[in-house]
Amino acid sequence: MSANHHVVIIGNGIAGITCARHLRKLDDQVKITVISGESTYFFSRTALMYVYMGHMKFEHIQPYENWFWEKNRIDLKEDWVEKIDFQGKNLEFKSGEKLSFDELVIASGSKPNKFGWPGQDLKGVQGLYSKQDLELMEESTKEGVQRAVIVGGGLIGIEMAEMLAYKKIPVTFLVREVGFWDNVLPKDESHLVGRHIREHHIDLRLESELQEIIGDSEGRVRAVRTKSGEEIPCQFVGLTAGVTPNIDFLRNSDLEVNRGVKVDLSFQTNIPNVYAIGDCAEFHQAPAADRKPIEQIWYTGRMHGETLAHTLAGKRLQYQPGIWFNSAKFLDIEYQTYGTVPATWESEMIKSFYWEHSGGKVAFRMLMENSGIILGINNFGFRLRHAFFDKAIREKWEASKVIANLEKANFDPEFFAPYYIEIQKAFKNQFGGDFAISKKSFIQKLFGARV
Amino acid sequence: MKTIQKIGLVLFLMGLGAFILVPFLGSYSIDEALVRANTKDIHQEKMAEILAPMYGETYSSNFAFLGAFGDNFNAYNDQLKDQSLWDQVIWDDYRFALAKAAVISPVTENPWLFLFLSIGLAVLGGLLYNLPSHAGEPEGIKNNGIFHSSMKAKGWLGMLTGSFLILFYIVLYWYPAFLVNLVWMVNPFSEMLSGNPASQWFLYGLIYTLAISVMGVRMFRKYRGNKYQQLRTASVMFFQTAFAFLIPEVLVLLNQPYFDFKNIWPLDYDFFYDYQMDTFLSSGGVGMFMLIWGILLIIIGVPLFTYFFGKRWYCSWVCGCGGLAETVGDPFRQLSDKSVKAWKYERVIVHSVLVLSVVMTAVTIANYFSGFSFLGNVTNQLHSFYGFAIGSAFAGVVGTGFYPFMGNRVWCRFGCPLAAYLGIVQRFKSRFRITTNGGQCISCGNCSTYCEMGIDVRAYAQKGQNIVRSSCVGCGVCSAVCPRGVLKLENGPEDGRIHELPIIIGNNSIKLNV
Repeated sequence: MSANHHVVIIGNGIAGITCARHLRKLDDQVKITVISGESTYFFSRTALMYVYMGHMKFEHIQPYENWFWEKNRIDLKEDWVEKIDFQGKNLEFKSGEKLSFDELVIASGSKPNKFGWPGQDLKGVQGLYSKQDLELMEESTKEGVQRAVIVGGGLIGIEMAEMLAYKKIPVTFLVREVGFWDNVLPKDESHLVGRHIREHHIDLRLESELQEIIGDSEGRVRAVRTKSGEEIPCQFVGLTAGVTPNIDFLRNSDLEVNRGVKVDLSFQTNIPNVYAIGDCAEFHQAPAADRKPIEQIWYTGRMHGETLAHTLAGKRLQYQPGIWFNSAKFLDIEYQTYGTVPATWESEMIKSFYWEHSGGKVAFRMLMENSGIILGINNFGFRLRHAFFDKAIREKWEASKVIANLEKANFDPEFFAPYYIEIQKAFKNQFGGDFAISKKSFIQKLFGARV
Repeated sequence: MKTIQKIGLVLFLMGLGAFILVPFLGSYSIDEALVRANTKDIHQEKMAEILAPMYGETYSSNFAFLGAFGDNFNAYNDQLKDQSLWDQVIWDDYRFALAKAAVISPVTENPWLFLFLSIGLAVLGGLLYNLPSHAGEPEGIKNNGIFHSSMKAKGWLGMLTGSFLILFYIVLYWYPAFLVNLVWMVNPFSEMLSGNPASQWFLYGLIYTLAISVMGVRMFRKYRGNKYQQLRTASVMFFQTAFAFLIPEVLVLLNQPYFDFKNIWPLDYDFFYDYQMDTFLSSGGVGMFMLIWGILLIIIGVPLFTYFFGKRWYCSWVCGCGGLAETVGDPFRQLSDKSVKAWKYERVIVHSVLVLSVVMTAVTIANYFSGFSFLGNVTNQLHSFYGFAIGSAFAGVVGTGFYPFMGNRVWCRFGCPLAAYLGIVQRFKSRFRITTNGGQCISCGNCSTYCEMGIDVRAYAQKGQNIVRSSCVGCGVCSAVCPRGVLKLENGPEDGRIHELPIIIGNNSIKLNV
């Protein structure tokens, strides 16, 4: 494409930046501009917590050195988009400047959910999504916080709890559901994480809902009240009940939006040459049976960006997600998942195998079709190989074959305890199967950690 | 901080304070007999004459004594130099030996007491500080607050520590005569081990070994739950204590050459020096064994072990420099420069040192076997230059003194010729790699930040590529700090070890291979 063809990307998160990078790889000529009011340079949103806890400085969570963008001729524009003239193909910035485009990619991400709680806009009440949120949180928790309350039990909630614990601020963690993150995790796993949260002296309150946030005379939070009527004094409230597409600046325009910007499987919106990717995109229909119309995780953002870059480079592609995977870290416990493991399932249709270490911090679950074909796994407290499960699930392996080969799937560092042997034994006990249990090597017996 | 840790910190600081004060204790006085006893036969007459003005005087400090020595000694030498009488100039440095003989201080009377009050208290304090750390916390690696720490993030405490270390190394290498009290303090211990009086190198070896042990305990605490880190730390502690410190001393006790069996040329740059060769060749079967052992390590040990395990078998499991870097240096690992620019400098500098050490050694060996007809004394000049610039300034002053400024592997990364050699093998002929776990990377940057060698691990991980880099010492910390289980140190088939095409699993829209 020629150098006067201008692709403008709104948002420099993982989706927008991946799109820009891949587009540059595929097309040496096209002019690329990435807009962000949040930060000059791309940073890893998932790593904001580590900056707060002093594991890294903000510069460390920027995956590319600053010269990278100029070298790859990706123009960076630091400003907020106020208005878009889709007909005239023009953007208007908060600063009053304007920018014209030939093709527009909307990758504006999410913002924390606020469900209209009384007091949700008081000082000291916030979500955690953006760089500005982090700075605000650093400011708000600098001093004078005797207790913090976190509302909503998801991944950002537990991150915020860990962050506050670093500052030695006692945390009360209000979770509406019966178990932590139990709309995603099966009961056993949810319990496992819940126990670990409490082990870290975080006051986890399950089945507790926020009624209102109470302010003092200066407009600062001083307490929250739960639905059960309890008042919990606190000086900081984290709202972490999920996120919602950040598209307010696009409402009331020609662009078709619902919760997010409506797109087809090529990320095409209702307006030609305008696309949406990442957290802010909402597919007309879910891209696969086990997917949702809005995909709001790091990995999907990256894949959206990667895929759209091909379309922008002139090779139209449809988004075809592969086998689902995800990961997280709950305080000290790592979690990975491959394939489909919903929170609940029909026991007539699906068989489940669950193994948990006696220490209660290491666990493995595998769901199988009744015929014994693997559907997906969850693993906690140890590491498993993505490529192995991607292949096993794609090729519809028998569960017993997966278990028989589990040693090959192990991704823990050398000398770590061989949990796969325990899992093999437990599986054989429960489901039988004609395979040999893996053996420890001589070196492992001599030096390795014990299960 | 727990009370016991506070006590530990206080004891450590008291020990450190004593360590700094001890060199300034006591007075110095010298007579002719002492001068004669501590100078070479050929210099005895001259030295006795040169230093005559000092006899009967009592000098109240090491500064006064060494000042007076310098005045007399330099006056003599300068006059000869002015007349270009080079062969009469005394090139030997007698300051350390004479200061050690001349000092009269409480330390020489009570060496064990002062050893306990300085190094002893510091070790005790260090242990009290490290042992209870993370007690009562669930297992897991916490890098909490590192960049909020003055010591670990180049704050004033880090600057102070770095400056102190640099000063210590400068004094140790070039002005050891100021440290004779400290050397007296460890004298009885040296006598016990080797039957010989202590030198500044014995003092240094002892401090070095104890530092690795005390900070090794810190590693056990910090990385609890991580068996790889535990074993690796135990290994460097063992090799330092046994191979670098005790065995060479005991060899001397048994009238054998001082030899560190795990030190390998060209890190051990004087292995082929003429005096070393003479020692090996004149020490019978044991000397011959040492020579052959050393050569076998270079030509078979390094390539073979590196082929199977990567250079980590040496750099982060065995090596003494690595041992210090991985224990004492661990709190500073995040300070290494990750930029592409630093990588470019690294490659040029470290390979230049390798070339320099190889050339120097080749010339030395040629000269030795030609009976010094080849270059005569020129190799000695070369040796002094290398010893000064690389052996002392780079490896010591910069290598350790710069921990709080540039991270704990400055020497290993930019300077060590053995690391360069191991690295070439690791890059081109090895089964070792760090594997990336498919598409799980979230580009958070923990791996890159905590890579002591300044490798931008994330740059590979986020593309789904294996990490195959000559500089990687295989410390395993990238894998340990990864929050998503993305990195694994592995030895495996060479096939597919380096893949050029990034393949990120999980997106079927794009077929990269077609």
